[in-house]
Parts: sequence; structure tokens; C-alpha cells
Amino acid sequence: MNNAVRAAENVARASYGRLLAILASRSSDIASAEDALSEAFSKALTLWPRDGVPDNPDAWLVRVARNRLIDGQRRNAKLAPEDDMPELIAEPETIVPDKRLHLMLVCAHPAIDPKMHTPLMLQCVMGLDAEQIGQAFLVPKATMAQRLVRAKTKIKANAVPFAIPANDKLSPRLEAVMEAIYGAYSVDWLETGDDLGKEALFLGDVLSAQLPNNAEALGLAALLGFAAARRDARIVDGEFVPLDAQNPALWNEPLIRGAQAMLRRASALGQIGRFQLEAAIQAIHARRIDNELMDWRGATQLYAGLCQLYPTLGAQIGYAVALSHLHGPDAGIAVLDALPKTQVAGLQSYHATRAHFLAEQGELNDAAKCYETALALTFQPALRVFLQEKQSAIVAQL
Amino acid sequence: MTPEDWVAQKEVYGAYIGALQQAGVFVDTDWLQGVETATTLSAASGSVKVQDGPFAETKETLGEFFVIDVPDLDAAIEWAGKCPAAQFGKVEIRASAMDSV
Repeated sequence: MNNAVRAAENVARASYGRLLAILASRSSDIASAEDALSEAFSKALTLWPRDGVPDNPDAWLVRVARNRLIDGQRRNAKLAPEDDMPELIAEPETIVPDKRLHLMLVCAHPAIDPKMHTPLMLQCVMGLDAEQIGQAFLVPKATMAQRLVRAKTKIKANAVPFAIPANDKLSPRLEAVMEAIYGAYSVDWLETGDDLGKEALFLGDVLSAQLPNNAEALGLAALLGFAAARRDARIVDGEFVPLDAQNPALWNEPLIRGAQAMLRRASALGQIGRFQLEAAIQAIHARRIDNELMDWRGATQLYAGLCQLYPTLGAQIGYAVALSHLHGPDAGIAVLDALPKTQVAGLQSYHATRAHFLAEQGELNDAAKCYETALALTFQPALRVFLQEKQSAIVAQL
Repeated sequence: MTPEDWVAQKEVYGAYIGALQQAGVFVDTDWLQGVETATTLSAASGSVKVQDGPFAETKETLGEFFVIDVPDLDAAIEWAGKCPAAQFGKVEIRASAMDSV
């Protein structure tokens, strides 16, 4: 591949969200900014190989895209080409400021349907297309495209501002941003098989770079780093491997070291929060990379804290597992029994965990039945293999 | 509403309108008659058809409106949150479509 073409593609990948944020920030018109940016990129692919790569590719792209936007606005305003629109004249920019946090705040604005926060971010900050996003969310491409268009239309029509809210208003807005990034991570890879772990990690890194003194932003980035580090260890030979059985040699060490450092920076800020707790639990698991034994006591304490601060079903099931390592399966079952029946009925991880406890108690009949329920709720092939093996082992003992 | 209620309401709204005016964002406001007095018309079929009643039967109806001139949605949300109606009902924000042309 030609160097100039590669330069254009690298800029595209690294700068997409940064450029889009700049282009859309004045008008809140994301769709027009996307069109202008994609035209600028295609111009780059034609011109750079011929004329050479400009000294500042980002600034070049912003200038070309902005001229394109001005042309569009001129046409809409039905102005003669010689009429001046001074406020729209493209200034030659040498440094392209990073306004991706502004863009993220717009994507996760309270006036936008929370279900669309993550998809919007994936598209606007990362440049994913409706097909890729639709795949991850199990939604047809056309439906996802339509929802994205609708959200962008709303942002434009209401002039949702590309601004960082004042202090007293900032924290709930940031929570929504973090929730949306976490949403990319928690898109159930077991169901879709096509996880967004890499994308979530990227978004988490952008956020933590823009908010270096926000403990939870750093905690979230750490959590996503730990999760991404285990990507290659969670399915081995077509079979799902639970975290505490994973081979640390398959983990990505640089990612783990980065996440550890990030979490240390977060805790030095002295503001505990949900994402830091989740990251700290991951950090305990990750210590196995240094040949340390799994510290279930530490994990139990952190899960207990998480259950108090942010009691999701996932956290409570995690707590049950950690507790059972200290006090046996009875203690684990007691935690599961306290969960609201209607909410856990369709939750695969609940039934799989319960089956595991029952088997440890020697209640083999019940355990086999419970694995069956878990299997009925599981579609991901690797996880099915894992659960089926567990179940066959129990049935063989009956 | 009793006459006393009206007086109280007018005072509350008067303060809100005063705040909007002071901020230089006030354009217009009105209280509307009840939805049972509404008349709906449409010329979509080629001729103007006039009908008794609101265009949609809903529990919630538009009772009043404010037109304010603010730069963006966050500013509109800020003002809508201060509107007395937000205390007991709902406030819907709609941008002017004329501005986007």
C-alpha cells in the first residue's frame, strides 16, 4: 500500500472522533459534519498520494471539511457565493483541539434515549457504521441506522450544546457518559459473539485522558483494560473458561500493567466509586499473572462494597461466588436465594452459579436440573460447551 | 380553580415571567382554555374540515405555553425546570423550526 494512502487511513482511524467533534461543535449538526468529514477523507485519498501528505493532516482535513460545510450552509441560506458569512470563514488551524468529551456528553445527553447513548458514541467518536453497531446490539442494520439518524436529528433540532456543563451539573452528565462506555463493554459478548471490548477500552482511554483527575473515569478505564487483557483467555479450544480458571499466560500483560497503573492513579485521588470497585475486583484476579494465589477474602470484601454502593444482579452473583470460596456453597446459595426471583428467572449466570453450588453441596439431581435451565438460556456455543460438560459430569454420577 | 387559586397562580407565574424577562429570553406566553373547548381543523383532504375537540384524545393536554429565546437545549432545560408547571405537571420543550432553516 502506498504511504500516503496509509497515512490517510491512519489519520482516519486515530482522528475520526476528534475531527467530527470539532466540525459538529458549532452547529450541533452531526450528520452534516459526518458527510463533510467523509468527503474530506476521500479528497485526501486522491490528493495526498499525488501532492504528498500535508504537515498537519488533521488540520488539513478540518479545513477541507469546514469549507465543505460552509458551501452547504451557503446553499441552504441561498446566498450568492460572493456574500460573506464572516462567522463561518474557515480559519487555518494548526492545532486541532480535542473536543471528544463534549461530543460524548452530547451522545449521552439526558434528552437522548439512554438506549442510544452507546450506539451514538460508537458511531460519532469511533466512526463505526450502523451495520457494525447493529450487529453488536442484535438489531438489523436499517433499524439501527434509522435510530441513529433520529437521535442526530434531535440533537441538531434542539441545538444540544457541545459544552462542558458547570460543576454542579457535570457529575450526573459524566455518569451518563461512563454508563454508555460501560454499556459498550457489557454488550453481552456471550450472546452476540462479537464483543465491543476494544471499542469500550478506546472510549475509556479517551475519557480518562480528558478527565485525568476524575477517579471514576480512571477506574472505568482500568476496568476496561483488565477486561480487554483477558480477551484471548476466555475461550480456549471452543470452550468458555471462567475467570478463575483462566491461564494467566494467555492474558495480555501490557494491558494488565496499564490497568494496574490506572487504578493506582484512581485510588490516589481518594474518591471511591462503582467502577473503581469493579476494577479492584479485576485487579485481584489479575494478580495471578504474578503467580499469586487468588485472594478470595479481598474479592469478597470488594464485592460486598460494590453490592452496597451499586447493587446490580451481576455484582450480587459475583459476591455469592466469592463468599462461597470462603464459607462454602451454603453461604453462596443463601446470597442467591435473597435475590428477587422474577429478576433472576431469565438470567443464565444465576442458574449456572446456582447449579455449581448445588453440585458442591452434593445435591446432584437439583444441580443437573439447574444446569439444564442455564443451558436453555445460553446461545453462545463456547459457553454451551462449558455448561454441557459440567452437566454431563454430574449426570454421570447420578 | 377558585379565584384565590388564580390569584396565587398568577403571582407564581408572574415571578417566573419576571425572571425570564430579566434574563432577556422572554418572547411570549399564554394560558389556554380547556381542551374541551378545542377546535381541530385539517385541509389535508383537499377542503378544510373543522371538527369539535382536540386532535387527539389524551389525558394530558397543553394548558399553556412559553416562547423563550435561548441558544441551546441545556438553557431551555434550565428554564423549563424553573417553570411553575414543572412542579405538578410536565413541561415539553420544542425547538422552533424556523431557526433551523
